Amino acid sequence: MADIFDVYLAEAIISGILLGGVLALLALGLNLIFGVIDVTWICYAELIMLGMYALYYFYSVYGLPMWVAAPACILVVAVLGLLLHYIVIAPLLDAPPINQLLATGGVLFFLQSFATVAFGIDFRNLGIRLPVLALGEMHFSYARLLAFGAALAGMVVVYLFMTRTYIGTAIRAISQDRQIMALMGVDTRRLYLVTSAIGGALAGLAACLLVLQYDVHPFVGLSFGPITFLICVLGGLGNFIGGFVAAFLFAQIISLGGLYSDLEWGYVLAFAFFIVMMFIRPAGLLARRS
Amino acid sequence: MNPRHLVYWLVAAALISVPVVYNQPYHLHVMVLILIWSFAYTSWSVMGRFGLVSLGHGGFMGVGAYVTALLWNHLGLSPWFGIPIALVCAGALALIVAYPCFRFRITGHYFALVTLALSGIVLQVITATRDWTGGSLGYTPERTKGNAIAALQFVEKETWYLIALAVWAAGIAIWYWIDRSMIRYAMEAISEDEDAAAAAGINVTAEKLKITVLSAVMTALAGALYCQYQMFISPDTVSGISVSLQMVFAAVVGGIYVALGPTVGAIITILLAEGLRIGFGTKAVGWDNLVYGVLLVVFIIFLPKGILGSLLERMKSSSKR
Repeated sequence: MADIFDVYLAEAIISGILLGGVLALLALGLNLIFGVIDVTWICYAELIMLGMYALYYFYSVYGLPMWVAAPACILVVAVLGLLLHYIVIAPLLDAPPINQLLATGGVLFFLQSFATVAFGIDFRNLGIRLPVLALGEMHFSYARLLAFGAALAGMVVVYLFMTRTYIGTAIRAISQDRQIMALMGVDTRRLYLVTSAIGGALAGLAACLLVLQYDVHPFVGLSFGPITFLICVLGGLGNFIGGFVAAFLFAQIISLGGLYSDLEWGYVLAFAFFIVMMFIRPAGLLARRS
Repeated sequence: MNPRHLVYWLVAAALISVPVVYNQPYHLHVMVLILIWSFAYTSWSVMGRFGLVSLGHGGFMGVGAYVTALLWNHLGLSPWFGIPIALVCAGALALIVAYPCFRFRITGHYFALVTLALSGIVLQVITATRDWTGGSLGYTPERTKGNAIAALQFVEKETWYLIALAVWAAGIAIWYWIDRSMIRYAMEAISEDEDAAAAAGINVTAEKLKITVLSAVMTALAGALYCQYQMFISPDTVSGISVSLQMVFAAVVGGIYVALGPTVGAIITILLAEGLRIGFGTKAVGWDNLVYGVLLVVFIIFLPKGILGSLLERMKSSSKR
């Protein structure tokens, strides 16, 4: 009995790590937007939902090969991110932050119902069955391993972009002081658009990975949207490393909680953990206490 | 009695006499819904108008509805006792979450996201405890076989109209009471600058807590009322993030800085949803939220004071000229 239990435990822990990679990717895009533009995209998960539909249509309906469909999907969501900034956020840049939050909340409603109207409420999936990897008595789906690998790769690319390129350096500078950068002759509007497109592209990558594991439907965003916000807040909004750590913590709690009881209780535990942590470290996991 | 008071009394009399004069069931049903949701939206704006944007009110509403229904079905406790218990639960929940938030200066974005977590928790707990609450399939309070008044279950829409009207009026009265109290000045000072307000001798945490708990308790009452009226609740209709956003949306569209703003928001949103439903039937699934979403964005960009707020402002400035 004890042996079987330990196998399950190990499997849950490793699943948690794999889930953590995807959550970290989700949090990365949102953190980037917040850190640079100082706006929270409440509708971030809905962008991912549209990306999932995009991949579904490119791959399953139009029959494009995956190596064309996935980049096309990333491109589509990047353009959506750009449009979101251009149409909704740009006019509100000087408005109170809460108005920006609410406006993206309106976009959330809009995208959800747009998907309902345009694609219907049926659950759809790609119909790809990736094999399951058996490691001793533990089982992992390749979809999860692939998602974990791609998420890590995506994060490394963003890291290199932010540290090694001119635009990346400018983006990091602007997140430190947005007034001074404009005085230094940097075109903040253009940088905001670039950042929004990158944020969108990350959402698109996440969409490609999620649609391998989950069915897509108009309300799929609600199932992982809240958790993404919590991870970002727990890590400290705009703090990339904090978000990364928080993602793996959350994933472990959900995975282990789900092992001992239903999956929902894993989520409840994660939420409760979040609220307790807010009391202990209100400015995020890695914040220095003042 | 000055003419202004006379107008109030006339409006009140007209509202009370509606079910006597006109009792087409469907229209009464829509009016009851509008009143209940208006009350919920007003509850939200009680704190929302001071910049305390909560996305957790779906959670409070869910607590109000589910605690009342669970106590009735499992313990046979009358809603007359169940509702106060539910209100206390919602108030306690608000206190538990809000106290650390205010104590540690979690404001703006952070506050909205922490409260978002709260509505997420309530939704997940209701879904996870499906053995008691029916999970996402929803939950029905058992029909009473005995006294309808003790069970707070009425078949006649007229009774519900009057109950909802009374509660809604109480909500508006509370709004005015706050508008004229010292809390309002304290809260306005706090929303401008917390440090300056604290330096002026305002107990920032205590004032914010008062208003939050009041708002949460009122929202829970709206949830309990909705449960008793509809006799069916599901996690998606009374809790969760979409309900929270719906509250914010309606209040913003109507206007969060004026007393009747949330009511106007409720009238617009519910009539829009019902109109689309009747006009287009099942083809309209999703269209109402599509329109809401666009409206919300447009309003926040162009009319942040809401329909009623902007109208009143325009009337005021034209009468001055």
